[in-house]
Amino acid sequence: MGKISSPAELDKYRQVILKKEDPAKPSISICAGTGCLALGVQNVIAAFKDELKKHNLQSKVNIRETGCPGFCEQGPVIVIRPGEICYVHVRPEDVSEIVSLTVAEGKLVDRLLYTEPVTQNKVTKESDIPFYKYQKRLIIGNNGLIDPKSIDDYIVLGGYQALAKVLGKMTPEQVLEEIRRSNLRGRGGGGFPTARKWASTRDAPEKTKYVIVNCDEGDPGAFMNRALMEGNPHSVLEGLIIGGYAIGASEGFIYVREEYPLAIDNTLIAIEQATEYGLLGRNILGSDMSFTVIVHRGAGSYVSGESSALMTAIEGMVGEPRPKYIHTAIEGLWNKPSCLNNVETWANVPLIINNGVDWFKATGNEKSKGTKIFSLVGKVNNTGLVEVPLGTSLREIIFKIGGGIPKNKKFKAIQTGGPSGGCIPEQYLDSPVDFDTLTQLGSMMGSGGLIVMDEDTCMVDVARYFVDFLSDESCGKCLPCREGLQQMKGILEDITQGGGKKGDIELLEALATVMIDTSLCALGTTAANPVVSTIRNFRGEYEAHVNEKRCPAGACKQLTTYYIDPAKCAACMICLRNCPVEAITGARNQIHVIEQSKCTKCGTCYNVCPSRFNAVKRISGEPIPQPIPMKQRAIAGRKK
Amino acid sequence: MSADTEKMTNILTKYEGQNSLLIQALLEIQRQFKWIPDESISIIAEKLRVPKSRIFRVASYYKAMSLKPRGKHIIRVCLGTACHVREGGRIMDRVEEVLGVSESGTTPDMNFTLERVNCLGCCALGPVMVIDGEYFGKMEIGKVSELVNKYR
Repeated sequence: MGKISSPAELDKYRQVILKKEDPAKPSISICAGTGCLALGVQNVIAAFKDELKKHNLQSKVNIRETGCPGFCEQGPVIVIRPGEICYVHVRPEDVSEIVSLTVAEGKLVDRLLYTEPVTQNKVTKESDIPFYKYQKRLIIGNNGLIDPKSIDDYIVLGGYQALAKVLGKMTPEQVLEEIRRSNLRGRGGGGFPTARKWASTRDAPEKTKYVIVNCDEGDPGAFMNRALMEGNPHSVLEGLIIGGYAIGASEGFIYVREEYPLAIDNTLIAIEQATEYGLLGRNILGSDMSFTVIVHRGAGSYVSGESSALMTAIEGMVGEPRPKYIHTAIEGLWNKPSCLNNVETWANVPLIINNGVDWFKATGNEKSKGTKIFSLVGKVNNTGLVEVPLGTSLREIIFKIGGGIPKNKKFKAIQTGGPSGGCIPEQYLDSPVDFDTLTQLGSMMGSGGLIVMDEDTCMVDVARYFVDFLSDESCGKCLPCREGLQQMKGILEDITQGGGKKGDIELLEALATVMIDTSLCALGTTAANPVVSTIRNFRGEYEAHVNEKRCPAGACKQLTTYYIDPAKCAACMICLRNCPVEAITGARNQIHVIEQSKCTKCGTCYNVCPSRFNAVKRISGEPIPQPIPMKQRAIAGRKK
Repeated sequence: MSADTEKMTNILTKYEGQNSLLIQALLEIQRQFKWIPDESISIIAEKLRVPKSRIFRVASYYKAMSLKPRGKHIIRVCLGTACHVREGGRIMDRVEEVLGVSESGTTPDMNFTLERVNCLGCCALGPVMVIDGEYFGKMEIGKVSELVNKYR
């Protein structure tokens, strides 16, 4: 393939590929994202290739290794078209049946269809599965349709049409105006109006300017950017080139964290292909615009996701933030005006250009337009990536799309906004998720991580976890963040280990105030949020730990003991066999007893005890009952 | 010139004179040798023309770089938020018990290094652990010792 030298030629090329594709030809889309790879999808792909060969079907059926469609909980996931038949939890041994029944004869393999957890109904079509049905998948939707390593797949879906439109028919000012009117706001968490950022960089006096993609998704529990960057890299690249045109930059950077090796690979391939096609490089599509892109690997630093720190890291230095009185839009990378946006923000740009401002503004609520991708994880049935209009309520996301809490446990809180966010309790679940509402609730939307917590999660332990994470990641440049976190960590460790003292909660609050008021960058000023929001919403749990040395959730190891209720134990041997340290004594027909001196409190017995017996108890804040005497342990004929 | 020195010199030649690529150069050394050997630092300083002090500062700051030799097998336990609420911490405790080393430690026989990682982006499969780049999702405490022993 040579260079495409005009918008008209791009269109012609698209028609050529389209003509070659037969819509009736069966295709099998297999998710080859990081999640499904972790579940061994490469063996499934190999099995399909073998099986098709065996049936002599390899030229009659397409296999497409796609990006992550988001339903990781059910992985490996495959979709067979036409018919959009979706199979979940596919293993290599299922492949021969799928090929001989579904691919060859159009019959369904019932056991591989998705089963609705409540009604037990089987669902055939991917788009009918409730997890997908209630989403609006404008950005992430294409992940399941294209092979991220193939630029042609992207072009078939209308890829690079927005770039062609911009270069052929629009001035940079018109592009900027279009983004301004769309009211697109930064998807990385700040919610800052994108067009205002672009305009500052564009208007800065320095001639050399840079545009940057932030794919340093450091928030634990968030993987939207990973899925987009590895599943549809061209959509981000197209947005970046358009941004470069509007801003007047001829060089772009994509900063990807090293924990995402597949995203790095697919981005590099995308850049190579786009360059080959003349969509990057000199005189893009025959225009005057020249633009190149460089991928910078992160090296494992949470703070480097902050815009000024990220630019320092690209310069090859330690990624520490700078004070914000000099905006990076004016003096950023190598002191040149630099415009940095999140992966998802860039991916929105081609959509707005292609479909128009009115189309974009039709989705979302008054101040937050468009959709947002969230990673819904933790104690929720359907974990995965969820794209919904901004303004959708938390309740809808957790219960309608997420299918509620596993094992009928009670919802306790949802953590949003990453380590700098907060925990939102049940009474606010009907609040709309947008840039402004969650901030009013003492949390923030952030980049889109939603971590669901149930009755078994201890909120003091959650605060301890985030403070531990942040003190590990604090760059150490300013004192309030560095030392404040260390002190908070010590206090919280004491509290969760039963050493909490009167006044500790108030001391945490005082420390938080100082950190919020005096830290250098946004990470420091928000680092106390997890502590502040859990104290505000779950003060009772803190008080139980400090005053009664009790963990109400039974999660803090030092405050919890495991105990088998002899009245409920059916001597089924399950916990006994699963205990990793052989701390459970008993036999068939003999009630099981935990030897407390051997127990490491790993919780395995609690998790494996069948719910019909529910015999393993977690005891906190009260004495452990004495084990029953040996001669009373025999049980005969108790129902199993 | 030892074989290692030669390999380092070959890797670093393409970064010659480009001090802004220091992090990328260090990452490549890390990938090839699993740590940043002392002798590579002198070569980097010379090739990229950066002071050794800056190399040490960068290499000690970033988590992906190690200034100590690491074991033959790298075990990473994810302690991102999603893994944490699904009791990833207890998986870590169990791996520590099985290996007899604590977080960031290397076994005396240099067979294993245990690392904590703050999110691998496979949150839906938590708790997750990774051994030598291979991901193991939905880990259970009872499966840890069998899995680790496969690499002994």
